[in-house]
Amino acid sequence: MADYKALISELTRIASTPDKSIAESMKETGKEAFGCFPLHTPEELVYAAGYLPVGLWGGKTDLKLSDKFLQGFCCTIIKANLEFGMNGTYKMLKGVIIPALCDTLKCVSENWIYACPDIPVIPIVYPMLRKIEGGEKYCVEEFRHVQKRLEEISGRAIPDKAIEAAFIVYEDYRATMREFVRVASDHPLTFDAKTRHLVIKAAYFMDKIKYTYIVKDIINEVKQLPKEKAQLRIIASGIVSEPVELLDILTENGIAIVGDDLSQESRNWRTPARKEGTALEKMAGMIADQKGDTFLYEQEKYKGAMLIDQVKNEAADGVIYFQMKFCDPEEFDYPIVKKELEAAGIPLLYLEVDQLLDSVEQLRTRIQSFAELLV
Amino acid sequence: MAEKKMTSKQMLAAMQAKHYDDAMKAKAEGKPVVWSASIGMQELLETMDLTVVYPENHAAAIGARKCAPELIANAEGRGYSTDLCSYARVNIGYADLANSPAQNIPLPDMVFCCDNLCHTVMKWYENLAKALNIPMIHIHTPFVYEDDVPQRSVEYMRTEVEYAIKQLEELTGKKFDYDRLAEVMHSSNQTAYWWKKAYSLGMKNPSPLSGFDMFNYMAVAVCMRGKPEGAELFQLWHDELAAKSEAGLGPWKEGEEELYRVMWDGIACWPNLSFTFKTLKKNGINMVCSTYPDIWNLQYDETSINALCAEYARHYANRNLKYSVDIISKHVEEYKLDGIIYHSNRSCKLMDFRTYEIQRQVQERTGVPSVIFDGDQTDPRIFSEAQYETRIQALLEVMAARKEGK
Repeated sequence: MADYKALISELTRIASTPDKSIAESMKETGKEAFGCFPLHTPEELVYAAGYLPVGLWGGKTDLKLSDKFLQGFCCTIIKANLEFGMNGTYKMLKGVIIPALCDTLKCVSENWIYACPDIPVIPIVYPMLRKIEGGEKYCVEEFRHVQKRLEEISGRAIPDKAIEAAFIVYEDYRATMREFVRVASDHPLTFDAKTRHLVIKAAYFMDKIKYTYIVKDIINEVKQLPKEKAQLRIIASGIVSEPVELLDILTENGIAIVGDDLSQESRNWRTPARKEGTALEKMAGMIADQKGDTFLYEQEKYKGAMLIDQVKNEAADGVIYFQMKFCDPEEFDYPIVKKELEAAGIPLLYLEVDQLLDSVEQLRTRIQSFAELLV
Repeated sequence: MAEKKMTSKQMLAAMQAKHYDDAMKAKAEGKPVVWSASIGMQELLETMDLTVVYPENHAAAIGARKCAPELIANAEGRGYSTDLCSYARVNIGYADLANSPAQNIPLPDMVFCCDNLCHTVMKWYENLAKALNIPMIHIHTPFVYEDDVPQRSVEYMRTEVEYAIKQLEELTGKKFDYDRLAEVMHSSNQTAYWWKKAYSLGMKNPSPLSGFDMFNYMAVAVCMRGKPEGAELFQLWHDELAAKSEAGLGPWKEGEEELYRVMWDGIACWPNLSFTFKTLKKNGINMVCSTYPDIWNLQYDETSINALCAEYARHYANRNLKYSVDIISKHVEEYKLDGIIYHSNRSCKLMDFRTYEIQRQVQERTGVPSVIFDGDQTDPRIFSEAQYETRIQALLEVMAARKEGK
C-alpha cells in the first residue's frame, strides 16, 4: 500500500515547486509551455495546439515591477502573474490566455501587451448570456478565435480532430477529478486539507494524461481502504484555498475539506459535458450549464443553495468562505451566501485571504474559534 | 412660451425634479418601475414606455449631497466589502432602507443591466434582483480587445437584444413596437448629438464651458437620453455656450481668467465636487473635457439594431488600452490641453487598472504633463484634500514652466 502514498507525495511535491515541475513536464513531453490564467481557460485548445498548458494561479513573490501597472488594491493572484511575467519567471511560456471574466482580468490582458511584450497574450470573452443560442454560438466563435491565434503563434494548424482528441483527454481528467473529490471526502485523513489541495493543484503543472493516470491509481488504491472520520468536515468556497499554511491550521484544528466550490478546483469539473455536438460546442455547453459560478451571469444566484446541498450531501459541519482579497465578484456573492447559510443554520467562516499574507497567525484564532463552535 | 425663457440651468433642475417626481407617481399608480444601468440600452425601455430610474445617477446625487455614509454603512453592515464600488454600496443600502434625505426613488419591479461600463454592475444587479426577488434583464457587451467591435460580438448582442425584447414583452404583457423604437433611436441620437456638440465647445479658447458643469448636465444624458427633451436641453445649453464664446467670454465670471486647460479622466468625486472644482478654479485651471461624459455620446445608424448593438459595446470604458491612449491624445490636440488629471477612483477597477499605462503612453506621445490622485466617486473616506491640492500644485508648476518655455 506504499504506492498510493508515494504517488500522493509525488503530486504534492509537483504542486509545491511549480517552476521545477513545469520544466520537468516540458522535458518529459517535449512540449513548449503555454500559460493559462484563471478562470475556465480553454486548456483543450492549448493542448490541441501541441503545447503543455500551464495554470497560472499567482504565488508568493514581492510585488515590485507590477506596481508600475496596477494599484495596491488589485487581486494578488492576477498581480503576481503580471509580476512573474515581468520578472522573467514566466520566460518559458510561449504565450498566455487571459479570459475577460472580471474587470481586473480585462485590464491585465491589456497591460500584459506592454508589460510582457515577449509573451503574446490571447484574450477570450465568455458570453454572459451563455444560455441563449446566440451566446453558445458566440462562445464557439471565441474558441475559434483563440484557436486562430494559437495557430499564428505556433505556426501550426490545429485540426478539428486534435481538438476532439484533447477534449476526450480533458473529459477523462474531469471525470477522474469528480471521483477523486468523492474518494477524498471519504478519506479526509489521508487527504487532509493541504494534501487534497496540492494533489488537485499538481494538474496545472503536468501533462493531463499523466496526471489523470496517477490520480486514477491513487483513487483505485485509496477507495479500497476503510473510510476515515475527520473531527470536523467543511466545504470550501472561493477562488483558491491558499496560502497553504492556512490549510495546516485547519488540520491542526481537526478540520478537513470534504468538498469544495473553488475556482481552482471543483468549479472546473463539476459540470458534466453534454453528449451531443462537437468538442467546441460541448465546451461552450459547459460554460452555459455552469451553475453557481461567481464569474458567469446568473440571475438566480444558485451558489448559496448549492453550498447548502453540498453541506447536506457531504454531511459537513460548515462552510469556509475563502474571500480572495480585492476580488469583487466574490465579494458581491458573499452577503447573499451569508444570508442563505444563516437561514439554513449552517455555520460559516469568512476568511479574507491573500497568497502574499506574511503571516497566517492572525487567522489562526478565528479558525480555532470556528472549530470550537462546530464541535 | 414661458418655458422658452428658462435658462438651461433652470431647465436642467426642472427636468431632474420631474424625472424623480414622475417615477414616484408611476410607482404610486402601480406602474412598473425599472432600475437601469447608466449606459443601459434605454431605447428598449423607452420603447416599452417604462418608468426608468438610474441607480448610478441616484448614488451620485446622494454622494454630492453628502448622504452616502448612512447607506454605505447599511450595505457594509450586511456583509458588503468596503472594496466594492461605492455606487453599488450606496444603492444596495438604499434598496434596503428605501429612504435617503438626499433624494428618494421608487423601488424597482425589474432591473435592467448592461455591463459595458464594467463587470461589477452585473454582479451588483444580480444581487438587487435576488434581494428584491424581481426579474433581471441583462445585456452583455463583450470587451473590445480589437480595434473595433468584431462582427461576432455584434451578432451575439443582436441575439441578446432579441431575447431582452422577448423578456420585456412577457413581463409587461405588451407587444414591442419597432416603429416606436425607430422614434426613440432618433431621439436618443439627437440627445447625444447635442450633448456632444455642447460640451465640444470646450475646444474654444477660452472655453465658454466650465467643465464641471458637464458633471451636472450629464444627469440628463443618463436619465433622459431617449426623450426629445434631452436634445432640447442640450441644444439650449449649446446655444448659451456658443453665445458666450462669440462674446469672447471664458468659463467663469469676468476677471476670472482661464489660464490652464485640463482634462479630467474618470468619474467625479461627488462628495468633494466643490472642493475639487474650486481648487482648480482658484489656480485658473479649467477642466475643458473629460473622458467620462463622453461615454454618453452614443450615436448610431438609426435604422439598424446591429449598429445600436455595436455602439453600446464601442465606448471608452469597454475598449482596449490603445483606444484610450488614442482618444486622450486626440483630446490633447483638439482641446489644446495643458495638463491631464487622472482620478484613481477606488470604486472603479476597470478604469484604474489601465490608468498608469495610459498615463505613460499619453505623456510619451503628447508631452503633456499629468497627475494621478486617489479618490472615490461616492465614499468620502478615500479622498484627501491635502493630497489632491499637492498633486494639483505639482501639475500647476509643470504647466507653468511649460508655458513659460513656449
